[in-house]
Order: sequence, then structure tokens, then C-alpha cells
Amino acid sequence: MIIQALSFYLFAFVAIAAAVMVISARNPVHSVLFLILAFFNAAGLFVLIGAEFIAMILVVVYVGAVAVLFLFVVMMLDISFSELRQGFLQYLPIGGLVGIVLLAELLMIGGSWVIAPVAEGGRGFPVPPVNQVTNTHAIGKILYTDYIYLFQGAGMVLLVAMIGAIVLTLRSRPGVRKQKISDQINRRPEDAIEIKKVQSGSAI
Amino acid sequence: MLEIGLSHYLSVAAILFTLGIFGIFLNRKNVIIILMSVELILLAVNINLVAFSVHLQDLTGQIFAMLVLTVAAAEAAIGLAIIVVYFRNRGTIAVEDINLMKG
Repeated sequence: MIIQALSFYLFAFVAIAAAVMVISARNPVHSVLFLILAFFNAAGLFVLIGAEFIAMILVVVYVGAVAVLFLFVVMMLDISFSELRQGFLQYLPIGGLVGIVLLAELLMIGGSWVIAPVAEGGRGFPVPPVNQVTNTHAIGKILYTDYIYLFQGAGMVLLVAMIGAIVLTLRSRPGVRKQKISDQINRRPEDAIEIKKVQSGSAI
Repeated sequence: MLEIGLSHYLSVAAILFTLGIFGIFLNRKNVIIILMSVELILLAVNINLVAFSVHLQDLTGQIFAMLVLTVAAAEAAIGLAIIVVYFRNRGTIAVEDINLMKG
């Protein structure tokens, strides 16, 4: 029990500290790296609470795909990020005010939260006992049966996002010389050479 | 204090959510950091969903956490593609310079 509590506080503290560094780091590359740290610690929290599959998906999708995408874009764009930081402190008071009000409200809701006894009965898909069915197995059993349409819809969202990203960033540059193999193969002798009769003693 | 319950996880999620909102206010000019703040907010939402799912012993919350993850990935891909295209056309991504669609 004490190890669980210590792990929780460790993961939670590191995640929150990393989140603070994400929004306050001077260099956006550091921001992305702290974002990766925050995701790893959130995955640790998920493992601790018993949702291993979501934890692994978080590591694979967020750290493996999204954060690396951020890293690529930050390094690819040639921007002076220090200019973007001007006026950083200008919005600090209003931002801090909004943040504190929001946090107070959220904690007040969380503190006075009671789960209605009716909610326990309205359970859609109860978690099976952990020693019989693993978390991943249980999720797979309902994801591919009861939630198959949502699963397919998620796949369509990703497909549309992929096509959209390709369409947005694809460009055809004019004036670039490329080898067109079909044109080369289709070329006939009549197109390429011209036979002229040359009179002796005169120019063409 | 040593008994970790639902409220602990909800507190962590609330703090992460607030930090995400705060990051949007703090980095008004840098659209990449704003996108990262949105990712933090979605992470907080995921923590909420999973915490309630485990507390209520209902797997539906974890399914929905996966769907939120999907949408977050799609949003990051499209958002970064838009940033790359905008930078190629205008040479800047400062938020206050993005006013082409102003009427």
C-alpha cells in the first residue's frame, strides 16, 4: 500500500512538474521533451490504476507518434522563438487568475463529488476479475463487438486526418526537371531525328 | 493520505487541465506551444475517463479514452500540417500575424 502511494505521488509530481515546464520552457524543443516526460508519467499513473492497455497505447501513440511529430515540426521551422516569447509576462496575471479560478472550481467539484448509488447499477460493461481476464483481453472483447462502429469511426477519423495532412502539405513545384520514363520509352525515331536532303555546294 | 482513491486522480487531472489552459494564456504568440497545451488538456481528460472507469468498474470509460486519444492524434497531425503550410506561405507562425481570413 505504501509503495503504491509513493509511486502515485512520484508519477503525479513528475507529470505536473513536466507540464509546468512544457508551458514555461524557453526553447520549444525542451517543451516537446518535457511533454514526452509528462506522457510517460501519465502512462505510469494508468498502470498504477490498472488500465495497462491505455497506458501502453499512450506511450505508443503519444510518445511514439504525436510528440515525435511535434519535434520534427519544431526543428523543421526556422523561426526565432525568442521573438515569440515577447509579451510572455503580459498575459501572466489574467492567465493566472483564470487558472486559479478554474482550478478552485474543479477541486470544489471533485471534493464534493458523490457517486449516486444508481450509477453503480447502470454499469455498461463491468470489469471482469483481473486474475481471470487481463485488461487488454477485456477491452478487446467489447471493442470489437459492442463498440465496433465507434472503432471503425475512429479509423475513419485517422484516415481523413492522414489524407488531409498529405493534401495540405503536398506541393508540385514548377520548373523542377524530373526524369519522365514513360516519355522516354514512348519516343519514336520520327520525333527525334529529321532527315534533310543536302544539296552539294549549298547550305541548309 | 496514503490511501490512493478517485479524488487523487481527479486532482491530478484538474491540475493538468488548468496548466493546459494556463499555457494557452501564457504563450499567446507561439502556436506550437498552444497545440502542446491542447495535448495536455486532452491528457487530463483521459486521466479523468480512466479514473472514473476504474472507480465504477466499467470498461466503457477506457474505450472512450482510446477514442479521445485517436482524436488527439488526428488533431495534432492536421494542426501541424496547417502550421507547416502557413510557414511555407508566409514565413511566420506568430499568432497575431495570422489574419488572412479577417473580413
